[in-house]
Amino acid sequence: MSVRSAGLEEGKPVPSPAVPIAVGVALLVVVLAIFNPAWSDRWPESWEIPLAAWTTSAFQWLANDLSFGLFTFRNLTRGIAWLLDRPFDLVEGVLFRGFRGLGLGPIPWLALSLALGIAGYRLGGTRLAMLAALGVAYLAIFGVWKDSMRTLSLVAVTVPLAALVGIGLGVLATRKARAEKILQFLFDIMQATPHLAYLGPVAAFFGFGSVPGMIATAIFAMPPMARCTILGIRTVPDSVLEAGVMAGCSPRQLLWRVQLPAAKRTLLVGVNQVIMQTLAMAVIASLIGASGLGHKLLFSLQQLQLGKAIESGVAIVIMAIVLDRLSQAWAKFTPNHLEEEKVWWQRHRALLSVIGTVIVVSLLSMALPFLAKLPKSLTITTAPFWDGGIRWMSKNLFDYLEFLRDDFTLHVLIPLRNFFLWLPWPALAGFVGILAWRIGGTKPMLISLGLLLFILVTGFWVPAMMTLYLTSLAAVICMGLGVPIGIWSARSPSASKVILTICDTLQTFPSFIYLIPVIMLFRVGDLASLVAIIGYAMVPAIRYTNLGLSRVPPSVVEAARASGTAKRQMLFKVKLPMAMPEIMLGLNQTIVLALSMTAITALIGSRDLGQQILKALPDLDTGRGLLAGLCIAAIGLIASQMIESWVKQRKKQLGLSG
Amino acid sequence: MKRVTTGLCAAALTAMGAAGTAQADSDEPILITMNNWTSQNVLAYVTGDLLAKLGYEVEYVPSDTQLQFQAIADGDMHFQVEVWEGSMLNAFEKAKATGGLVDMGDHDAVTREDWWVPAYMVEKCPGLPDWKALDRCAELFATAETSPKGRFVGPPADWGKHYSERIESLGMNFEEVPVGQAATLWAELQAAYDREEGVVLFNWTPNFIEAKFDGVFVEFPEYEAACLSDPAWGINKEMLYDCGAPASGWLKKAAWAGVEEDFPKAWELFGKMNFTNAQIAAAAAMVDVEGISPEEAAQKWIGENEAVWSAWLPK
Repeated sequence: MSVRSAGLEEGKPVPSPAVPIAVGVALLVVVLAIFNPAWSDRWPESWEIPLAAWTTSAFQWLANDLSFGLFTFRNLTRGIAWLLDRPFDLVEGVLFRGFRGLGLGPIPWLALSLALGIAGYRLGGTRLAMLAALGVAYLAIFGVWKDSMRTLSLVAVTVPLAALVGIGLGVLATRKARAEKILQFLFDIMQATPHLAYLGPVAAFFGFGSVPGMIATAIFAMPPMARCTILGIRTVPDSVLEAGVMAGCSPRQLLWRVQLPAAKRTLLVGVNQVIMQTLAMAVIASLIGASGLGHKLLFSLQQLQLGKAIESGVAIVIMAIVLDRLSQAWAKFTPNHLEEEKVWWQRHRALLSVIGTVIVVSLLSMALPFLAKLPKSLTITTAPFWDGGIRWMSKNLFDYLEFLRDDFTLHVLIPLRNFFLWLPWPALAGFVGILAWRIGGTKPMLISLGLLLFILVTGFWVPAMMTLYLTSLAAVICMGLGVPIGIWSARSPSASKVILTICDTLQTFPSFIYLIPVIMLFRVGDLASLVAIIGYAMVPAIRYTNLGLSRVPPSVVEAARASGTAKRQMLFKVKLPMAMPEIMLGLNQTIVLALSMTAITALIGSRDLGQQILKALPDLDTGRGLLAGLCIAAIGLIASQMIESWVKQRKKQLGLSG
Repeated sequence: MKRVTTGLCAAALTAMGAAGTAQADSDEPILITMNNWTSQNVLAYVTGDLLAKLGYEVEYVPSDTQLQFQAIADGDMHFQVEVWEGSMLNAFEKAKATGGLVDMGDHDAVTREDWWVPAYMVEKCPGLPDWKALDRCAELFATAETSPKGRFVGPPADWGKHYSERIESLGMNFEEVPVGQAATLWAELQAAYDREEGVVLFNWTPNFIEAKFDGVFVEFPEYEAACLSDPAWGINKEMLYDCGAPASGWLKKAAWAGVEEDFPKAWELFGKMNFTNAQIAAAAAMVDVEGISPEEAAQKWIGENEAVWSAWLPK
């Protein structure tokens, strides 16, 4: 590494860990190759703990047999599901079912479009108003209205639920230090576990349908809200708190009247995160019976109706963009306090005009039904275009990819896979242990080894190696392609705009859709999985590189320029070393995304942990699915804690603040 | 009016009663299982429309093909109109054993699941659909990963098909590459079909695939029960699985045991419902070929087949 030539460090340089590691591991491998005891080749079965089977039995016992006397655990879970179904029914009634008993139809599409338009205008002006209104209109015009409203119902109930639970846990964490430690640890694991692994336990307790889908989604989407709450409350300025205390607030008043209102902006950022996570979960939740766009998308994929699947996917993206922009605008929105002097209808004119619009459009739609529901003849479909496009691509590009399918598979993928499968576990453990120790010291080493041991004793070593082989190769390729693209986008603002838009779309677009074209071009196998993983996981590599480079302090750049640094030197000797901590955080994110994508590429056909999760779902083998998910989390955590401690040290040396 | 999920309340029910339909024996909705292939969806909507004629309220619940049986046994769902011998036997039997799920009898329709090749391969490899011809042409089906062996694109590993064993038992020059889900099979097929490339994959009938792609099942040594239990049976005297799958497997209906008491008229209907292969294929084709929605297809089917379904309704 040429980092030191930047001449900017204040602390001690990090000793290069490469040499001692290489020597240590080489020695270990030689020793193992000579003696080759059976236990090093494969972790003996008698050393495994049947945790998966235990977990499955525990879930079955809870779900079927546990009784509290008056009622059973099953009654309890079903009761919760029933309770959650009430608001859900109500929202569904408003959005797409109507209330036949009251003679009321669902909200007309035009009314919803205008209502969100007005909200957009109030929060962010004309542009946002146009975006919101046209976004909603798109859903009606492109004939996905009903499914979109089902998905929107899911969002409308899940987001408040996840937000409330998240705020509650966040507040708890700021009160009790021990609770915070446990919660942060849990959130780390939860966020490193692929979404798919949430479905099994939820289905075991709550059965099937939209409500279990909602519960799984809420659990998945909650941690960012809790984290934002912790952050928000922590960053309330002391002076504000003092003022509250001096005014005689009780601790409860302090929380409700001072801390939470002062943290409003950060809390709304959390809400925004929850909305995005909820939509990201839309397709996966349909695997346990949530209806809506996600279900439609999967159904179309099963029928090989790619065009229709893409239309559903685009609808999810559009909904995500509209809700994202609206909630971001809400987070930045500052109410005008002068208005408080006006009379109430002036203060609430946005709300009143929304209500007025809904009533007027509803009445109008009695005479003009197309305002409420567009007839099929007035909707547009782009499905044939997409179908044709994908088939054209698969026909015409197929031959050009021959070298990848043949040579890359034969000379890179297969040997690498065999290497990972051959690798004796003590060698890998030795490598990881020494690396963690060199980077961070004893604690990261012990944690890493503990996590590896977890994979070994649960008996998931072989699928874990398959996962490691695909994700590590994917991570290398993502960085190899993503960092240069990130550098390019940091240099040219016009390129950056295009690239970041593509990044946004790639991340919101349901990843299931990538699978089909990828299979058509690369055939069933590891190559197809690899390409799909790269497509999804490269985004953070680009984004963090761009971010890191744009955050290099201008004073440093100026100083370097003044001392006569050439353009090339500027990039490689000044900017990149300074941006390296951010780039490494990008690597961390890339690894996490790649790991969670392996659960989805299992649909192509694989033999890794993702496949274990996927197969456990229909078999109701809750333990196997959950533990395989935790093994994926373990791999992710080993990587992130090493990267994080490296970044921390590096930032200190570079004199950058946390 | 289309009815996807109906949150009908009492007022609407009375309105329907006034419209001349029978009075239901329960206000609770009947929950019909919805899977992710066309024929099942159309038949599920047909069932729902017939139940509505009996005055019932109906809801449709999307579900996974394996998990649905436990859900039916628990009473979380009430009726499944298509139970396939080939792919659902184990989960079905397991749920039946708990007593919560009841076998509501067979359809006339028969099902088949086996290796399948597109029609253009019959020209490229004379002798097909016989399995020995397929074996001789193995190279036409090879990929970089399996070469020189042919590649058989198999069903998801947990569908319990024993195809790798069949390959070994028959001494075939093939390798099985299992997919993770059915959609992957069709993506492979579509890509190969457009380029007329060699492909042999797992397929079944009745299936929407028939309407889109032309092809045949590979003929393996004919199935007998002994093939799966007696190693001495068949070509390979030491191994099982040296035969094809049954060319006519059953297609059943399944219901929750509580339906009998809670919805007696529906129970009678479920017992009598009976579709043939031709009816199922036609129902699927309305969606997959004509491009109308499954709900519309169900209404159309009901409009055209009154003689068929009126015999199923309880008197």
